[in-house]
Amino acid sequence: MRVKIFVSLKGGVLDPQGKAIEGSLHTLGYAEVQDVRMGKYLEFNVEASSREAAESRIREMCEKLLANPVIEDYRFEIEG
Amino acid sequence: MRWGVIVFPGSCDDQDVFDTLKRDMGQKVKFLWHKDDLAGHFDCLVLPGGFSYGDYLRCGAVARFSPIMRGVLEFAGQGGLVLGICNGFQILCESGLLPGALVRNAGLQFVCQQVVLRVEETDTPFTCEAKKGQLLKLPVKHGEGCYYADPATLERLRKNHQILFRYVDAKGRASPSANPNGSLDNIAGVCNEGRNVFGLMPHPEDACNKLLGSEDGRKIFSSITAACAQREHRHA
Repeated sequence: MRVKIFVSLKGGVLDPQGKAIEGSLHTLGYAEVQDVRMGKYLEFNVEASSREAAESRIREMCEKLLANPVIEDYRFEIEG
Repeated sequence: MRWGVIVFPGSCDDQDVFDTLKRDMGQKVKFLWHKDDLAGHFDCLVLPGGFSYGDYLRCGAVARFSPIMRGVLEFAGQGGLVLGICNGFQILCESGLLPGALVRNAGLQFVCQQVVLRVEETDTPFTCEAKKGQLLKLPVKHGEGCYYADPATLERLRKNHQILFRYVDAKGRASPSANPNGSLDNIAGVCNEGRNVFGLMPHPEDACNKLLGSEDGRKIFSSITAACAQREHRHA
């Protein structure tokens, strides 16, 4: 199974990178862009007996290492 | 007293801490490799600054799972003193020993400058030799030192007097312009509820010798030695 993980900063956390990217998009003429938030994207393969088993392991990985629950939220997709 | 300085791959202020403790403070100090188990008697463990594991994923996120960290958690749980400086502070937050997190500087730039800190609390082993409201001049050098905690955690930090240092201007005011990285509430350093684990972004080890422009960092190290001497006295 192929796993895709999306990690994003929580609402209240400052995101200066997102702000800088937003400013740059505005400079390029994309004035319609608002509230840019910069995140992380990870992909990997896993072997698991079932989709549910994979989900519970991935949730564990996210909470232990891949995301910091103090500042980040995560979501994931499983393919195959 | 015995100090241990933990060396992670990518630590770069380990030697500064070691030299400062040994030469400027006259202390017994030993390097501890992150892959080893924590063995031997120590009074204070220091997690130094640097870029452990290249800051991959998040600063301190990988280092917190180094083998020695099991011993550090146990040591802290038993009341042992743990000091995290810069990357060490980040590792302590990632490991859950300290509340909150350190994120990218609000100005996006790496900051490398002298800052002024105000001592907020003196009833801790890390600040007992300082005076409340005293100003200390220490250097900072980091890209991800913006302290963040959710509103409930911040409230708890204030209520329990866990904020030990704030960034201030020359007159001691915690103004936005005195804040080098956008830290919440100008927070430069916090301790845990047990007051035996402390992390800060500025570098006391780089301010213990006249040649370096400030000797104010001595206040932190001398507080720790005084607190340990008192502990030994109590146990004797």
